[in-house]
Amino acid sequence: MKKLTQKMEFKPFCVLIAIILICGIVSGGDFFKITIVDGHLYGRLIDILRNGSRYAILAAGMTMALGTGGTDISVGSVMAISGAIACSIVDGRILPGLNGNVALAVIIAILAGAICGAWNGFMVAKLKVQPMVATMILLTAGRGIAQLVADGKIVTITSESYYKISGGYFLGLPIPMYIAIGVIILFLLLTKCTAFGMQVESIGVNPESSRLAGIKVERNLWIIYILCGMTAALAGIIESAGIKGADCNNCGLMIEMDGILAVAIGGTALSGGRFSIISSVIGALIVQTITTTIYAFGVAPELTRVAKAIIVIIVCLLQSKIFMEKVKALLPKRTEKEVHE
Amino acid sequence: MKTKKKKSLKIENISMIIACCLFIIMFIAGSVMYDHFGTLSTFLNLFNDNAYLIVVAVGITFVLLTGGIDISVSSVVAFTCVFSAYLLQRGWSAVVVIPIVLLIGLINGFFVGYCVQVFKIQPFIITLASQFLLRGMCAVVSTVSIPIENDFYKAAALKKISFKVGRTNAKLYLYVFLAFIVVLVAYYVLKYTRFGRTVYAIGSNELSAEYMGLNVKWVKIGVYMISSFCAALGGVIFSFYTLAGYSLQNMGMELDAISSAVIGGTLLTGGVGNVCGSVIGVLIQGIIQTIVTYQNLNAWWTRVTIAALLCLFIVLQRLISIRADRQKGKA
Amino acid sequence: MSKEKLLTMNGICKSFPGVKALDKAQFDLEAGEIHALLGENGAGKSTLIKVLTGIEIKDEGTIVMDKKEISPQSPIDAQNAGISTVYQEVNLCPDLSVAENVFIGREPRKGMHIDWKTVNERTRQLLKDFDLDINVEERLDNYSVAIQQMIAIARAVDVNAKVLILDEPTSSLSNQEVKKLFEIMNMLKGKGMGIVFVTHFLDQVYEVSDRITILRNGSYVGTYEAANLPMIELVGKMIGKDYSSLEAIPKGSSDEEDYEELVRIENGSSEDISDINVSLGKGEVTGFSGLLGSGRSEIARLIFGADKKTGGKTIIEGQERDIRNPLDAIKNDMAFCPEDRKKEGIVGDLTIRENIIIALQSKRGIFHKISKKEADEIADRLIKELAIKTPSADQKIKNLSGGNQQKVILARWLATNPKLLILDEPTRGIDIGAKAEIQKTIVDLAKDGMSCIFISSEIDEMDRCCSRMFVLKDKKIVGTLKGDEISQNAIMKLMAGGTEV
Repeated sequence: MKKLTQKMEFKPFCVLIAIILICGIVSGGDFFKITIVDGHLYGRLIDILRNGSRYAILAAGMTMALGTGGTDISVGSVMAISGAIACSIVDGRILPGLNGNVALAVIIAILAGAICGAWNGFMVAKLKVQPMVATMILLTAGRGIAQLVADGKIVTITSESYYKISGGYFLGLPIPMYIAIGVIILFLLLTKCTAFGMQVESIGVNPESSRLAGIKVERNLWIIYILCGMTAALAGIIESAGIKGADCNNCGLMIEMDGILAVAIGGTALSGGRFSIISSVIGALIVQTITTTIYAFGVAPELTRVAKAIIVIIVCLLQSKIFMEKVKALLPKRTEKEVHE
Repeated sequence: MKTKKKKSLKIENISMIIACCLFIIMFIAGSVMYDHFGTLSTFLNLFNDNAYLIVVAVGITFVLLTGGIDISVSSVVAFTCVFSAYLLQRGWSAVVVIPIVLLIGLINGFFVGYCVQVFKIQPFIITLASQFLLRGMCAVVSTVSIPIENDFYKAAALKKISFKVGRTNAKLYLYVFLAFIVVLVAYYVLKYTRFGRTVYAIGSNELSAEYMGLNVKWVKIGVYMISSFCAALGGVIFSFYTLAGYSLQNMGMELDAISSAVIGGTLLTGGVGNVCGSVIGVLIQGIIQTIVTYQNLNAWWTRVTIAALLCLFIVLQRLISIRADRQKGKA
Repeated sequence: MSKEKLLTMNGICKSFPGVKALDKAQFDLEAGEIHALLGENGAGKSTLIKVLTGIEIKDEGTIVMDKKEISPQSPIDAQNAGISTVYQEVNLCPDLSVAENVFIGREPRKGMHIDWKTVNERTRQLLKDFDLDINVEERLDNYSVAIQQMIAIARAVDVNAKVLILDEPTSSLSNQEVKKLFEIMNMLKGKGMGIVFVTHFLDQVYEVSDRITILRNGSYVGTYEAANLPMIELVGKMIGKDYSSLEAIPKGSSDEEDYEELVRIENGSSEDISDINVSLGKGEVTGFSGLLGSGRSEIARLIFGADKKTGGKTIIEGQERDIRNPLDAIKNDMAFCPEDRKKEGIVGDLTIRENIIIALQSKRGIFHKISKKEADEIADRLIKELAIKTPSADQKIKNLSGGNQQKVILARWLATNPKLLILDEPTRGIDIGAKAEIQKTIVDLAKDGMSCIFISSEIDEMDRCCSRMFVLKDKKIVGTLKGDEISQNAIMKLMAGGTEV
């Protein structure tokens, strides 16, 4: 058995706990305050769980894409598309025959996400375009498509059952959290109870060796990008339910960075290979905690993006072997151990 | 020893010819469909409106030629605009502000290049990070649009040369010539200097380039510096053009720049392409935009069309290179 | 014999994780001589050359060039010191023009400006010496590998080097082209250049070399006058005493009566090779021999479905099977150890255990995950059987030495229980001990009824293991040898383009 401390999830988990503790101490306990109103729990921690679930869902899909050594930067646009479609259907603007049925709207929006993902998969797996460039096409075009779906307007809706997707509660806890947990369980089943996880890692490390060892590289890439598109669509639905409408310009804007950040903090190498869904989810919660904290302490929200970018750069540098060697060379031998930690 | 003289299938040429034809067809189509379209004025306005994009596309072509990618350019443009607007508002002189923002571009490029070359971080991740950093910095400087009222900028924005053709009046702003100079210099550098040829060699086969004793390290850092510098210069031109700095402007412009280069025949895997192609790519995008405006369509159609066009050309590139590989296999 | 030493390397050591590639190696070169550097695969020739050209940086030792100590840190340093190299795989830029490939990095200039006219003109002049009349403004990749090789040599010669290193320059050249190359080498020798010639074609060594230095397992064996060293002795020195341990391998049977066919390929074609007809017997080790580029690997890849099939039939035990990709092949009980272990074999960041079960997993399909317990059992059993040296199955495979990595790949395929095992250069670049073990394993497996395809560039190794052999030349099968007919001489004769059988 591996020791607990050697698990991939261990470090990010400690970081999460540390950040929450620090926030709690600095805020003088306010941070941990949870109140019960109408049988629902309220408080900062609950906010983190609610808002963080979006990131967690995205991070689950993104982890797989990064695990293959690829990437999907179109997630933000896919969120906008799915939000626009779901809201437009609920609103009855498109497909009026469905009478604004929320369940069908959600299913169609997720299918749309799957189609976007399949498109990315086609470009990456079949045409062998670099994932970055392939998904960049959808990144820019996607927002345009969303605008066209929504006819260039901000679609606002009035459907209590749709609001519930983001704002509702079940057993005192916010519904997005349950959705996130459901998605994570599905992904864990897929990666741990089948050999899919190992095959993804193998593709990420060496696609040619994997192919010769009988792994269907193309098919797996398709599946991964489709899953990525579906998770993005789900996140888009939650977000649009949260703002009670589809804002194609701002829905999921620059969220790809948060997704990559969550995965990177979780310890998955951005060049592919070993990945852990749980680590990435923890990473997503860390990102959300940082965001919430920055807002809570009244720091200018503009700084969040700068802070996140700097964190990504630092994490990238820490993942770079050459950088670590250079740092080690600079430091006296005595402190070498600390650098390792 | 037997020799083989075979007409080669040059991807850059095919792509460029298609691009040129596309441009001409679209221009003619536009002239037929709309009044006042088929004039010199429309043509020159393509340059007036897209001078900044030409400069940025030329810069990014260098990076693409080495097989790398730089998606921080749009943020560099935005930051340049916002920061120079901010400094000018504080009463700084244009003579000081312009060198400062250009220097910031160079520093950003050096940082990115160094991370890519020395620390071996994938270019897209580090440029993505730098994109977010600079975009965030924009918002830190100002979240609202800052107007530029500096006399030098105003003069630069308005100085133009007019041509009278028949009854219409065509004009070309002076800053467009700055873009022309950049194109000429870039063309010269790529074709006639060792630096430029090393760029192609790296894109063609980086390991070989290193084995042949070329200075791969500094050339690779250099191309990111050029790209970022051109983006900063593009930002300066853009602030002439809009006379304002706004933190959210030019979102997604990196795609415009990259697709210009790709449409113009630059291979994303590196080694093939040139800056003239990139200029044609920019003009094609300009004309799409003009047609969308004339047609009174949702502005988002421009984006969607450009993305579709980029897709088409990428697929074309793949098909040609697959076919070329096959032919080699048989030969 | 009192010639000036142009280059002296002494006590060179170089280690890679897990392997000591060079252990106090030495080498010297006089002006105006052709000095062959020989050794088996993995003896350290390439590493020694990489150290000399600054691609790898030596751990210990001295390099003296022209009485000055040098320590090249990069190819540029080596070039400036007067050392110029043509590598085994052509290292030029396919997208650039021929002329540019010759002159890049040192183009004649007018001020800043590259003078393209002079570049093209001088290239034309230079290539005339090589009897090459080609369009120098054409892209390099429009020409064949042989011509590209010549261009690479032209470039290396023209940099005014004092030392020219040719690393396996003849492996992709035809006989005629080789002759031309030797003429050029002799001409350069006449001009006082020192030439280091690395090759595994021993005949060629005697044709041009003045002296021979032999390396074995990273250590220096000795330097000899070519004229005073008979080939038998040379081979003995290259292989060393450890060789005797290999002699014991008994060959598999090859009686015509027992012959039972397992796989037959009819008119098999891929993009690289066409109209191949082979039949593989049960319990036999079948060899494909031929020079690099003769099509030996292409056949293996075709059989396994690693390259896209463009035509032909695969018949397994009398039934036609459609094998379009490696997974199809695996499901039909085939296994394939590819030539390039690093690029196509190992999955570096995964553990040994995962590397072993990965193919079995593919065979079973992703929904039948191999349990941790079963994976442990399989891995432990094979690690023991093949004597893989590792502290545990949890090690990343990239941390193992070459020989052990190869054994893990072998284990990966044995785990799938194949009927046909294809081994493309399984012993390249690994130490002699591991080599013997792998050879023995192959022969043992065949005895237990498994069919093997064995491909190696070392003819004696093929001679030792195979009971049936197809000889290839220019992507065609030029001969078949059975049982006692197999001898090094017979193979060489066929490879050299002798009688077609």
